[in-house]
Amino acid sequence: MSTFTIIIVVLAIGLVGAFFGYRQGKVLTASENGVRPHSRPVYHASYVASLAVIPALLLLAVWLIASPIFIASDVRASFPEGVLAQSQLTEDLAYGIVESLGTGLQVLPDDERETITETTPVKDISALLRERGVPIASASADWMVPLALQLNGMQFWSRLAMTVAVIALSVFGAFWGYRQIAMRLRSRNKVEGIIKGALIVASSIAILTTVGIVFSMLFETIDFFSRISPVDFFFGTVWEPRFSNVGSSGNAGSFGFIPLLAGTLYIGAVAMLIAVPIGLFAAIYMAEYASRRTRSVVKPLLEVLAGIPTIVYGFFALVTVGPFLRDLSAQINGLVTGDYASFIQAQSVLTAGLVMAIMLIPFVSSLSDDIITSVPGSLRDGSLGLGATRSETIKRVILPAALPGIVSALLLTASRAIGETMIVVLAAGVAANLTIDPLEPMTTITVKIVAQLTGDLEFNSPQTLVAFALGMTLFVITLALNVYALYIVRKYKEQYE
Amino acid sequence: MSDATANGIADTAATRKPRRDIGINKRYAAERRFKAYGIIAIAIGLLFLVALLWSIFSKGYTAFWQTEIRVPITFSEQVLGTPQQANESQTKLLMANYPKLAREGLIKELGIDPDDKKAVSAASGLISSGTRVTLRNIVMNDLSVIGTTQDVWLYASSELDSAMKGQYDLSVPENRRPISDLQLQYIDKLKAAGNLEQRFNTGLFTFGASSRAETAGVGVAIIGSLYMMLIVLALALPIGVAASIYLEEFAPKNKFTDLIEVNINNLAAVPSIVFGLLGLAVFINWFHLPRSAPLVGGLVLTLMTLPTIIIATRAALRAVPPSIRWAALGLGASKNQTIFHHVLPLAAPGILTGTIIGLAQALGETAPLLLIGMVAFVADYPATPMEPATALPVQIYMWANEAERAFVERTSGAIIILLGFLAIMNVTAIFLRRRFERRW
Repeated sequence: MSTFTIIIVVLAIGLVGAFFGYRQGKVLTASENGVRPHSRPVYHASYVASLAVIPALLLLAVWLIASPIFIASDVRASFPEGVLAQSQLTEDLAYGIVESLGTGLQVLPDDERETITETTPVKDISALLRERGVPIASASADWMVPLALQLNGMQFWSRLAMTVAVIALSVFGAFWGYRQIAMRLRSRNKVEGIIKGALIVASSIAILTTVGIVFSMLFETIDFFSRISPVDFFFGTVWEPRFSNVGSSGNAGSFGFIPLLAGTLYIGAVAMLIAVPIGLFAAIYMAEYASRRTRSVVKPLLEVLAGIPTIVYGFFALVTVGPFLRDLSAQINGLVTGDYASFIQAQSVLTAGLVMAIMLIPFVSSLSDDIITSVPGSLRDGSLGLGATRSETIKRVILPAALPGIVSALLLTASRAIGETMIVVLAAGVAANLTIDPLEPMTTITVKIVAQLTGDLEFNSPQTLVAFALGMTLFVITLALNVYALYIVRKYKEQYE
Repeated sequence: MSDATANGIADTAATRKPRRDIGINKRYAAERRFKAYGIIAIAIGLLFLVALLWSIFSKGYTAFWQTEIRVPITFSEQVLGTPQQANESQTKLLMANYPKLAREGLIKELGIDPDDKKAVSAASGLISSGTRVTLRNIVMNDLSVIGTTQDVWLYASSELDSAMKGQYDLSVPENRRPISDLQLQYIDKLKAAGNLEQRFNTGLFTFGASSRAETAGVGVAIIGSLYMMLIVLALALPIGVAASIYLEEFAPKNKFTDLIEVNINNLAAVPSIVFGLLGLAVFINWFHLPRSAPLVGGLVLTLMTLPTIIIATRAALRAVPPSIRWAALGLGASKNQTIFHHVLPLAAPGILTGTIIGLAQALGETAPLLLIGMVAFVADYPATPMEPATALPVQIYMWANEAERAFVERTSGAIIILLGFLAIMNVTAIFLRRRFERRW
């Protein structure tokens, strides 16, 4: 039975159990004048259903995760001695071929499969499979055939055992729950306990995600650093990951992280330089000067900018802003020197920074707006009452009071600028330059992660693994910014509460 | 007291000297300047918004129209074979030379001598090579057309389409533009006879990926995005609501709860591309789920959307006044009954609004999808979420990298479609908030 069918069967058993549980609950409620059972029928029904479904599905999940591991280790243990040393295969590669032989054999129609025995040469099988459109690696060898058959046999028995065990457990759970139903069974409390458990599991998913992020990147990063020294990575100034051919152990290229970090910070800095004054002044105006009506029109309009997907900004940079800046620079150059050559390239730090700034303006403005409006009114009134003008009040009283909050808003914005991907992929260029000219293209960490991971990949080349090292670095940088920002916000909140 | 005031006034009136400059004018000027900076900042922000939208819409609105040519097609038995043969084997029908049918029809329509090689190639350059599929579908659907002549609207080539939309400068010398003078003559002739029209481009919504602009559409991408949104909705909403209920209503104040809180706040600010790396390493490399599948994309986007939904749901739950809980508890309801029968229904509009906004964010997300292989050339509709598909923003990314002029138009058109979906979702959210919001 397929996994999906098993799940359906288990759910059906749960439903049937719930039906009988409900009926039994009704019978209890009707009987014995004046005495009512502890729980209402619907709780009895839920109790039976959860006993039927939850343990069975847990068993199913554990089995699905564990059985491939056991089968694999068993098959690997029966690899003939010495064959791996003779061929150039690693153990993983050989197991992969055995696996694909096994799945290939299942594709064959029954009459053809029965002709295959442990002694059938692998060439014949490959030919048969190729007719069915299943390619088998040329490195396959005759000794793999019995292993593939063994693998298939084990998989078959494992699945059969799993089906029987899961369904039996489900039926047993339903039956057991049904038998328990009685006047004094506190099934409401039990069901509520189960619900609370489910709620806790749901809220732990946030932790699981973080753990997943850290570990998934950590393992690949460690793998990467076992091939390329961390010193070369963190202090190298040349980024040139050459894609070497599989197996050739030549120079893997240089993975200097400095140009990427420089590009990321430079583009982020340009964006912040444009976005922060605009966003901050917009926030100040909306919080302190604007009438209620202006505010109710302008604020949503600016927030539209935050709702536009970043790919749209990227496209805008690519087809509008980049060419516009290039042509503009050509015109200026022409007017000044008479030579109509553009000095801004279509993909440049300036283009990416400018467009990223547009994206960041609403973040700066709405975060700062919230913070400025949350400064207590008494401070404002006091300052105005002493005769200060509005702008003086803002500059001398409100901004200093709101400063921690604004700093944390800017840190959050900076972390967004550093982690931004689609704008820089389309607007910043791919060449890993190390330059201080904002009119030249530079590249960022995120661009390189995308570049290394799109297309065909093999999980064991440094060219792929470097993306995880880059991702890990990016994660650490943004995490530090976020944690520091949240820390400031917490500390700041306490001041006025 | 009143005397003193009166004296004071009299005094200042009597001894009126030029007033000492206490810098009031300077201060007011600074005030005006400061206010002007604010107005300028907002104006710049709005200007950017207008420039962005104008750039997209002015480039993209033409994508919703497609130039088509009416051509009388003779479905000749020489090319297609007889209907009897077709019933026996479809190979010939599938492999038949449909472009030849289209070319011959057009030549007849324009009255070109079939032996004039130059004229024939100029004429056939007007029709898209995507006509193969159009004509094949006509024949495959109804074998009785074989042997007859029918008027069929065919897609024009992307060069003709761009020329009709005024995207080429036709005043430059002939060798510097993709449309020749001869072709322009034919265009005028077709237009005069009413055989050349711009019609609504349904293909943009129904086609899959294609290397030719005129037969490229976002159909597969919309289906892929739809699958992902359904997965996000089915997973993120229940999990997010459950997590919020626990944190807001049950959780004791301890280290574990603190850890979850810090985690959720951090996850909301983790760069989206990191979620892509997570998806690649966990779902594809460990669990061996298929690459390019909406299932994996949906799972990754679920993890990304969860913090948004949790934060919105917690705010909605917090807005329900405690008196509701006390009343329910006082009448003997258990804590679960209080929450699920009373608090949650009252918080539902807020939760729904937050969910829709979270979904809108997920719909526009591109970066993580690039890493899990959604950058794929998929021409066929996926039947299940396990089959390869692409997503609307990823399709935009792929088209943005195409050099052809016609693809810029298509890309902008696809962006308009995406923005349309996002606008609908956000307007719905705002409407729900306005309609059901309760002030306690």
